[in-house]
Amino acid sequence: MNHTEENVYDALAEADHEGRWAYGAGFDETVVEVTAPAPEGVDRDDLAAYCLMLGDDALVASQRLSEWATNAPELEEEVALANIALDLLGQARMLLSRAGHLGAAERFRTDATAAALSDEDVLAYFRDDRFFRNVTLTEADLGDFGRTMAWILVFSSWRLALMTELRGSADPVLAAVAAKAVPELAYQREYAAGWVVRLGDGTAYSHERMQAGLDDVWPFVPELFLPHPVETRLVEAGVAVDPAALKASVDGDLAQVLPVATLTEPTRPAVGLVGGRGGRDGVHTEALGRVLAVMQSLARAHPGATW
Amino acid sequence: MVTADLWDVAAEVTDPEMPMLTLADLGVLRAVERDGGRIVATITPTYAGCPALDAMAADLRSTLGAYGEVEVKVTLTPPWTTDLISDEGRRKLAEAGVAPPAHIGPRSTGPVPLALAAPPKRVTCPRCGSAETEELSRFGPTACTALRRCRACAEPFEHMKDI
Repeated sequence: MNHTEENVYDALAEADHEGRWAYGAGFDETVVEVTAPAPEGVDRDDLAAYCLMLGDDALVASQRLSEWATNAPELEEEVALANIALDLLGQARMLLSRAGHLGAAERFRTDATAAALSDEDVLAYFRDDRFFRNVTLTEADLGDFGRTMAWILVFSSWRLALMTELRGSADPVLAAVAAKAVPELAYQREYAAGWVVRLGDGTAYSHERMQAGLDDVWPFVPELFLPHPVETRLVEAGVAVDPAALKASVDGDLAQVLPVATLTEPTRPAVGLVGGRGGRDGVHTEALGRVLAVMQSLARAHPGATW
Repeated sequence: MVTADLWDVAAEVTDPEMPMLTLADLGVLRAVERDGGRIVATITPTYAGCPALDAMAADLRSTLGAYGEVEVKVTLTPPWTTDLISDEGRRKLAEAGVAPPAHIGPRSTGPVPLALAAPPKRVTCPRCGSAETEELSRFGPTACTALRRCRACAEPFEHMKDI
């Protein structure tokens, strides 16, 4: 069979016997590591919940960043933001697949979801906001370009510190996802740090907007370092990273960037916790509902649709 | 067809976004094996979110499909780095006007320092060979490239990011 002689549309149909998904992964190759059993002595539900936490952080952050498509100030920055969103989506897909393999998707599979949907699609499109485990920083409004850069700087510094440690996880999937994520996140952090310095140490007006953006992101920072009971149990099992231990690294990055950017560390109080519960418990800010409405409406209106 | 020959067939499949490179040049083809009557090809993603992975898998199924039923598996370990691009691949990149990535060498297992004051990366222009090039954009049209411009010949070019 000579591939070059085929009609290009035939090749598409051949690749996906039932057409392409109108949304979601459209990707059914087995990721070898995802199907590994939970390591011995590790609670399966805890591991699934932890994969959801880290996967939802990446998924919601990716969805937020993709809002910049067609809206960025310059084409280069639009491409940059889309690329960062894509990197995070890749991490999210592996982690949600892993959570699904450990059973997290089953309760969300209903008659309304097409039976053929992958676990990752069920988890992304058919879960309501109270079942999302992301930290509330990731769902926060990105505001203007300056605020977005502050947001990426904080998020990538934190996630880079987390993934750096997670490379040693006892769970092979987490370790593998982390090993891939580290160089990508380091690149994202460098990009955001460059812009924070450029805008902070730019004109009086850009400085003002950059400081305001950092101020707006600040209330979401303390939650990043609060350990959830699931995390605490998995830290003992050698699977998870203690978020409290990441603070020094994030503080170190910010202490390097903020003075060069002539920005001051904000003093705004933390938000995001209700009775001690935050995003990791499914207690979210109002913003997540709107993010999910955009992300999920097509899939829910037409479950299993193809084109 | 014996397994070694199947590898050669799979190795000639090209990258959908960098068609000057074969999957073997790029270093993403990990194994091609016979499992009973089936052919199992294993690949690894360049970036975790690389959308080309799906097209690579489809192309592998299509090309190897002439020799039996094909399953494509994806593995994350060990993670891909640009160090896995072959010398032949680097030559083809440069010929096609894409500056190849620098060798990184063994990766540190410790924290990655934030280097705000790092000296600018030295990348040679793939067209005129001048080292006087500057970065236009840290991100390019595909996940794996950045955009640069040559100060000597004034041509813009893509640079495959060292990662």
